Amino acid sequence: MSIVTVQLGQCGNQVGHELFDLLCSDAQQGQRKLYSTASCERFFHQTAHGELVARAVLVDMEPKVINQSISRAVKGGRWRYGESSHFSQKQGSGNNWANGYCVHGPRHRDVVEELVRREVERCDRLAGLMAMMSVAGGTGSGVGTYVTQCLRDIYPKSFILNHLTWPYGTGEVIVQNYNSVLTLAHLYQLSDAILVHENDTVHRICSQLLNIKHISFSDVNRVIAHQLGSIMQPALTADSHGVYSRNPLGELVSALTCHPEYKLLSVCTIPQMSSSSIAYSAFSWPGLLKHLRQMLISNTKMEEGIDWQVRPPAGSERTRSLTGPSFNTSLANLLILRGKDVYSAETGGFEDPALYTSWLPSEEAFNLWKSPVPFNKYEKSATLVSNSQALLRPLDNMVGKAWNMFASRAYIHQYIKFGISEEDFLDSFTSLEQVISSYSQLC
Amino acid sequence: MTQSVVVQVGQCGNQVGCRFWDLALREHAHVNKKGLYDEALSSFFRNAVLVDMEEGVVNEILQGPLREVFDSTQLLTDVSGSGNNWAVGHMTYGSAYREQIVDKLRKAVEHCDCLQCFFLIHSMGGGTGSGLGTRVLSLLEEEFPEVCRIVTSIYPSAEDDVITSPYNSVLAMRELTEHADCVLPIENQSLVDIVDKIKRMSHSGKPGLVIKRDSTIISGQGGLSGAEKPFDAMNNIVANLLLNITSSARFEGSLNMDLNEIAMNLVPFPRLHYLVPSLTPLYTLADVSVPTRRLDQMFSDAFSKDHQLIRADPKHSLYLACALMVRGNAQVSDLRRNIERLKPSLPFVSWNQEGWKTGLCSVPPVGHSHSLLALANNTCVKPTFMELRDRFTKLYRKKAHLHHYLQVEGMEQSFFSEATNSLSSLIEEYHHLDATKGRLMPDAPRLSIAR
Repeated sequence: MSIVTVQLGQCGNQVGHELFDLLCSDAQQGQRKLYSTASCERFFHQTAHGELVARAVLVDMEPKVINQSISRAVKGGRWRYGESSHFSQKQGSGNNWANGYCVHGPRHRDVVEELVRREVERCDRLAGLMAMMSVAGGTGSGVGTYVTQCLRDIYPKSFILNHLTWPYGTGEVIVQNYNSVLTLAHLYQLSDAILVHENDTVHRICSQLLNIKHISFSDVNRVIAHQLGSIMQPALTADSHGVYSRNPLGELVSALTCHPEYKLLSVCTIPQMSSSSIAYSAFSWPGLLKHLRQMLISNTKMEEGIDWQVRPPAGSERTRSLTGPSFNTSLANLLILRGKDVYSAETGGFEDPALYTSWLPSEEAFNLWKSPVPFNKYEKSATLVSNSQALLRPLDNMVGKAWNMFASRAYIHQYIKFGISEEDFLDSFTSLEQVISSYSQLC
Repeated sequence: MTQSVVVQVGQCGNQVGCRFWDLALREHAHVNKKGLYDEALSSFFRNAVLVDMEEGVVNEILQGPLREVFDSTQLLTDVSGSGNNWAVGHMTYGSAYREQIVDKLRKAVEHCDCLQCFFLIHSMGGGTGSGLGTRVLSLLEEEFPEVCRIVTSIYPSAEDDVITSPYNSVLAMRELTEHADCVLPIENQSLVDIVDKIKRMSHSGKPGLVIKRDSTIISGQGGLSGAEKPFDAMNNIVANLLLNITSSARFEGSLNMDLNEIAMNLVPFPRLHYLVPSLTPLYTLADVSVPTRRLDQMFSDAFSKDHQLIRADPKHSLYLACALMVRGNAQVSDLRRNIERLKPSLPFVSWNQEGWKTGLCSVPPVGHSHSLLALANNTCVKPTFMELRDRFTKLYRKKAHLHHYLQVEGMEQSFFSEATNSLSSLIEEYHHLDATKGRLMPDAPRLSIAR
């Protein structure tokens, strides 16, 4: 079963390109025929000449980034994008969500729907749709939200996963918090699962784990692609009966987002190190899993600076607070193990009921996928996709800043000019306060 | 590629405009050696409209080397000028030439594949630039309401030799507040000060402080026009401002800053759209010193009061928002490092503590390895506007020269009072914001959700 990806805006198109590049190179490594076939079928279709063409639609309101992504794929020589699978305009969305959602989205709806329809029809069976975008600008956020809405209308029974990149906290765009709030509030009603990467976190991984001196967006995007790839590549699941799962998005959604109030997913992958260091490192499953579990509990998104003091609380101590070094409660977790000796890995530590909220039994809350095939040159790697309080603080900060700005009505006239009202803003704030409240009360 | 239409009105507007086209040619010729953006050059120049109510300046253009570049369909002239009278420019000529102006604007717009914004260049103190220029501004809003209007306005100094310049300026201010999307105010005196500073540097003769040839922002060498004329040095500064602001639209970069994005991020409230420009470096020293220190020095300079194009000190007033456009070989990490370094000393309004909009363009200006343009939406414009109002009041109280205005058909006394009211309420708005400076504003109470 295949996944169709829609890359939206500058970020969506840049990250998407890195993702396909990684998926292709990982699939083609070594003697792993079943894995390779499954992966290629999932993300690429093959032309009569044996060329791999990504199952992707590229959308942007200005042409430069799409042109770059397409030509870089061709230059790489291993795969490419479809010749007419892209759509762009000249103007851009001016960092304005309302411009993207109310003007550009509807204006180009038919073209984009047609492009997606063509990709979907090329699939033997559709596993689902993945939309990739940022939330800070105007196109990824505004047009991306609109396109997700259209896809939900046209494919009501398909799984839709939104991959979002959250901007640096210190800001790249002044109105990024408004754009983020509007996007998240709308997507919450449309998406089956919202998988988030934060630029700040990925930046720290680049500087502290990968030791990159002058970090560029390419470096950041490659880390995101690695983490996303480790989720999306073929794996054996509890329901797949000894073969690679044919319903990856469906299984992800049913494992993690069983409740409509809880859709935010964060991801950590270990190990992450510079490629020159990998050759000199040896890993054991017990070591990796121990670190990963503590990262989950203490809400650390990378293997440096883990706070080993944080412990799961005894039953009566469960706190409900946003501040202080509190324990990160999970609703559900999905652990994906890839590599050597994967069947001997002991994952009991993740089944501990103390990690989870009380209203879901831990057998339901914890899910495990495995693949004996090493991923992206790491002999062993473990990825944890969590539906937990991990994104609570960043979300709360984002909403807080946007609300402060809204209280003085700054920039609101720029949005109203394109067709949304103060009511729409208030509705979005209300929805997100509800989400924050739900996650805060998780215990 | 997106295009902009440049409309230059009046003597000052046309002189500055010419410097802009000349330096733009020089810039593109420099880059063209690398074989980029050839078509940009030709399509760029058809997007100009030149308006003046006396022929002197425009005729000079037509006799000079830029004559190949403009054609007569883009020009609109008359003979007698506006007599330094805003009412003559705005009412008399505004009505007489309305059709023709709209016609020429339409033609320029039709040449554009994808029109992003209008640039209007004019001065505030005279009659044509000020009066007819603001009339053109309203026409732009009427005929092309969805296209962004960015106005570069040269404000007169206190010692201006046009007696009625306060009247013209205040009458024009009201139009700018109501019809422009962004205004880049520039004071003549600041330009004079910068020119003096550079001339002093170049004649100082200090060893190690020799300025590299043609690398000052006042130099027009290497352009088409020959010897420099009076005011050229000052006008080159403004021309460089326009070159830097449009650089993202003309050249590639890793973080493009569209003109639409400037208006979106820097204007939190519709009337507060006055953005103080500052340009660095003013010159490049001939010997190449430590590059990174020079880069960081450039960022520090952008916030010093010597580099602002109006006489103001933004560091000691309140920032509502700030944009930084870096050209040349600078990276995202340089931007982030300098913002982190400078942020603590710059007061930002409480709801926009991280109010930075940034852009990176890979092509530097001619003669420099990098440059920085800062646009600040800052309450430091308040004193400038208050001074303007004072000068206006001095004249108006004595009703000096008022009859010259009132005798123009269509002009009424109420225009004066409405214009002062508009200016006063603008000053009030800045005043309210200033009052919040330094006070610890509590976070707005969040919505509470029923559990």
